[in-house]
Parts: sequence; C-alpha cells; structure tokens
Amino acid sequence: MLPSSPQVEKARVKDLNFYYGSVHILKNISLTIGEKQVTAVIGPSGCGKTTYLRCFNRMHDLYPGNRYEGEVILHPDYVNILSPTVDPIEIRMRISMVFQKPNPFPKSIFENVAYGLRVRGWTDRAVLDEKVEQALRRAVLWEEVKDRLTHPALTLSGGQQQRLCIARALATEPEILLFDEPTSALDPTATARIEELILDLKTQVTIIIVTHNMQQAARVSDFTAFLYLGELVEFNKTDKMFTAPSNRLTEDYITGRFG
Amino acid sequence: MRLQSAIARNRFVDSLFAILGLLAMLVGLVTLLALFLGLALDGWSRLTWRFFTSYPSRFPVEAGILSAWVGTTTVMFVTALTAVPIGVGAAVYLEEYAPKNWLTDLIEINIANLAGVPSIVYGLLALGLLVYQLHLGQSILTAGLTLALLILPIVVTSAREAIRSVPNSIREAAHALGATKWQTVKDHVLPYATGGILTGLIIALSRAIGESAPLITIGALSFIAFLPHPPWQPEFPYLSFQWLLDPFTVMPIQMFNWVSRPQEEFHTNAAAAGLVLLGMTLAMNGLAIFIRARFRKQIKW
Ligand SMILES: Nc1ncnc2c1ncn2[C@@H]1O[C@H](COP(=O)(O)OP(=O)(O)O)[C@@H](O)[C@H]1O
Ligand SMILES: [Mg+2]
Repeated sequence: MLPSSPQVEKARVKDLNFYYGSVHILKNISLTIGEKQVTAVIGPSGCGKTTYLRCFNRMHDLYPGNRYEGEVILHPDYVNILSPTVDPIEIRMRISMVFQKPNPFPKSIFENVAYGLRVRGWTDRAVLDEKVEQALRRAVLWEEVKDRLTHPALTLSGGQQQRLCIARALATEPEILLFDEPTSALDPTATARIEELILDLKTQVTIIIVTHNMQQAARVSDFTAFLYLGELVEFNKTDKMFTAPSNRLTEDYITGRFG
Repeated sequence: MRLQSAIARNRFVDSLFAILGLLAMLVGLVTLLALFLGLALDGWSRLTWRFFTSYPSRFPVEAGILSAWVGTTTVMFVTALTAVPIGVGAAVYLEEYAPKNWLTDLIEINIANLAGVPSIVYGLLALGLLVYQLHLGQSILTAGLTLALLILPIVVTSAREAIRSVPNSIREAAHALGATKWQTVKDHVLPYATGGILTGLIIALSRAIGESAPLITIGALSFIAFLPHPPWQPEFPYLSFQWLLDPFTVMPIQMFNWVSRPQEEFHTNAAAAGLVLLGMTLAMNGLAIFIRARFRKQIKW
C-alpha cells in the first residue's frame, strides 16, 4: 500500500477500464477508497469523472453496449462490484447515489425518502415514519419540512431538493454515498449547506464526490484523485495534492493553467 | 430609396400572407360552424327525454336512440378496456424493454402504417377472425374488439410519447435506489405518464365513436328494439357477461338508417342523433383537456 493511501479500506479499484461501445473512456485506474473518508474526483470537463463514479453502482448496466474491465473490490466482504455474476441491484442497495441535478420524484416529500425502503419491502408505517425522519434529520432538512411531509417534493427550492435527494439516498443506510457534482446546479448558499452536510456525513459513511470545483474538493475531501483524459494522473491526500502536487500536470490543473 | 421600396414590398407580401392565412382559417371555421348550426336547427326540436329512452320505431316521432346510445357506450367500454392494457403494454415494452435493433425499427414503422389502414379493412379482418374463426358472433364483444384493433396504433403511439416524456433522470433515480426495471416502470414511469396515456386514449376513442363502416362489416344491426342483458344477475357471482354476446347497434349506424329513409321526419331524428354524437365527442375531448391540465399542474419537469 502506498503511504499516501487511506488506512482503512472500503473499496479498492484495480486496473479499471471502461468502454462506451468501442470508445475507451477510463484507462487503467487503480486506487483505494478509505472507509468513512471523503474521496474527491477532480478533472476537466469530459475527462471521465461521471463515468468513473457510475461504475461504483453499476449504473452503466442500464444501457446496452457498455463494458467494464478490471475490479472494484468492496470491503469487508471482498465482492467484486464489476463482476458480471454480481447483481447490480444488490450493489445499488449497498451504494447510493446523488445526481448532478436534483431529481426528486414528483411525489410527496415523504414518499421520496421512503422509496428506497419500499423497494426493499418495508411497509410498516411506523418503521417508515421513523426511518424517513431519521434520514431527513441526517440530511439537515427535517426542521424545514417536518410540517409538510405530504407536500409535493417539487415545491421545494433547488437546494432543498438536493438535500431531499441526499436524504433519499441515506434512508437505506448505504455503505458508500456517491455524489456527482451535487452543487453544480445550486447557488452559493445552498452549496455551502451541502458541503457542511458532507463533512457531517463522513463520520458515518464513505463518500466519493465528483466535482470540478477545486476549492470544493479542498474543503470537503480527505483524498483527491485527479483524472485527465480518462487516466488517473495523481491520487493523494487532499492537503498534499493542493500544496505539493507530485505531478506537473496536476500542478498545472490546480493552479488553473488549464481546465 | 431602393432599400425602402424593397422593405415596402416585403411588408406587402407579409400582410398578404397574414390575410390569406386568416381567410383559410375562416373557411374551415365557418364551414364547421354552418354544419353545426344546420344540425342544431334541424335536430333541436327532437332532443327530448323520450328521444333518449325510446327504441327506434316505424313512426318518426316515436323513434328514439335508446338502443343506439347504449350500444355505443357498451362498445366503447369494451374498446377502452381492451385497448388500454394491450396498447400500454406494447408501449412499455417498446420504450423500456425492447433492445434497439432492426426488428424494433420494423415494428415501429408497421405501427405507424397500421394507423393509416382504412377502417373498413379492420372490419373485414374482424369478420374473418372474430366472427367466422372465433365465433364471437355479431356482438358487442366483436365490435369492441374490432374498434380496439382500429385504435390500437394511436393508443400505442401516444402512450409511447407519454412514456418518453418522463425524464431519464427519474428512471436513474429509481434504479440507483435499487429498484428493478418493473418497479421503476410501475412506481414512476407509468404513474407520471398516465395523463398523456389517458389523453391519447380518449382522443382515440373519440375517433372510434364515429366509426360505422367496420361495424356494418361485422354485422351490426340497424334496427334493434331491445337492450343487451344487464351486467348483473341475482345469483352468484352476481356479475353477468351475457351482454357481451348480444347484438347491438351504434349511433352512427342508427343515424345512417334514418338518413336513408324517405320521410323528412326521420331526417330530423338523424340530425338530433348527430347532435348527441357530437356532444359525446366534445365531452370526451373536454375530458382529455381536463385530464391533461390536471396532470400538468401536478407534474412539471
Ligand atoms: N453514454 C455515452 N456514450 C458515449 N460516450 C459518452 C457517454 N457519456 C459520456 N461519454 C463521453 O465520455 C467522456 C467522459 O464523460 P464524463 O464521464 O461525463 O465526463 P465528466 O463527468 O468528467 O465531465 C466524454 O468524452 C463524453 O463525451
Ligand atoms: Mg460529469
């Protein structure tokens, strides 16, 4: 293990390659995701950050022609997430995702948060009530919505909708939470609240966050991976990455010389 | 100077087209209005309660549309009940499950072509298949199935449109929570597409309600002085489906029957029945608009 790698592993990515049809997007990516740490993925637009993130919950399986190579080993049970014999639904029940644009269901606030539980077969109203409240509290949304749980989710503001999506992802108590540029559609105030929330959450859950905002990566993450043209250029502790990058390309990128 | 005259000429052409467009629209509108007014003036006097509760008769003033409107309603009921599951099922399969390849392309093209097949051809098909092969008789069931077949392409196409308008981000959100494809379809895609699906269905039904050719082909009666069996019975299981196999007539056929009589009074009856049919169609279109507006208010992406 590299000295700059996390102490306790949650997942290990080994020689990950990914293809959209015949287009080779991700090239030989290997790194380690630390347990209850925030790992940021940065890089210029189109470098493959989203593609990379969506490997972790097998989202690419939803569309034909996509192909993974390599392994993502999930601890503690050493399941290879990418193995064709592993059911992607099982993976998605353990690893949740928050998307770039808030995408609540056009249902009530309550039903949004409860949906993951319903999919898992929970029907007991008392249990649902409790778990929904707990998830909304963890997403720091409870105080704002507790009196209008039956209202349509689409009446919330953009920032609230994104926190609702976080609550929805948290309700099923995932082991890893994936964020794909969760604040790119939000104003600065809403962004600050989400960042705060991510710092709160990392004591409870492993987080991987894609962002093209380097200040955000610096503020919230413990480790940072820099992707460029589908390759992992550098993977390092965040404070090291932003003070003394070991790669010339990384330095050029974080100092704003390109991207 | 040159520039100004060019502008003036363009302006002239511009207003010329505006006027021509207006005229074209007025031609359509005025014709429709005239037709409607003619129908209303002719038929209005016959629109009494008794007109709705009487069977056809040899005497024009005693004749009514009871068997016709009951026939139209029951046939439409069977049509809707058949077209919805088949049409929505096909649409869900094509949009959500089918792999995109030449076979699905071929099916797609064929559905579009089927929408253009003349309705009487459906009548012939139904006569051969439903009446002669399956022995369903010249019944409400046969008529309902025939019209369902006729509107199926429209129902499939509009349901696909409605399903496609559900953004992909919603499907991804459901899948990311561990939902299966079917859970995603039944919990999200279909509920959010219901407005569009219902609207398409009603528009399709309002086309079917005026059809007579395919129903004459399968042997609809044009003079019928009794009602189908009631849909209930005193013994268990209380529901009865005998009515499905009863003979029937529908509004347009009744109208045609009256129009083809020599007596002027029967023509008045036909106009009155036409008004009722028009009212039914308008009511259905109104319902479609209402449903669309309601769902729009609930769900906007
Ligand atoms: N569904 C797809 N099919 C083919 N190419 C894609 C698809 N999605 C993304 N790409 C391509 O893959 C590359 C990486 O995209 P993406 O992962 O979205 O980048 P990022 O999130 O870093 O901006 C881009 O060049 C993009 O054009
Ligand atoms: Mg992206």
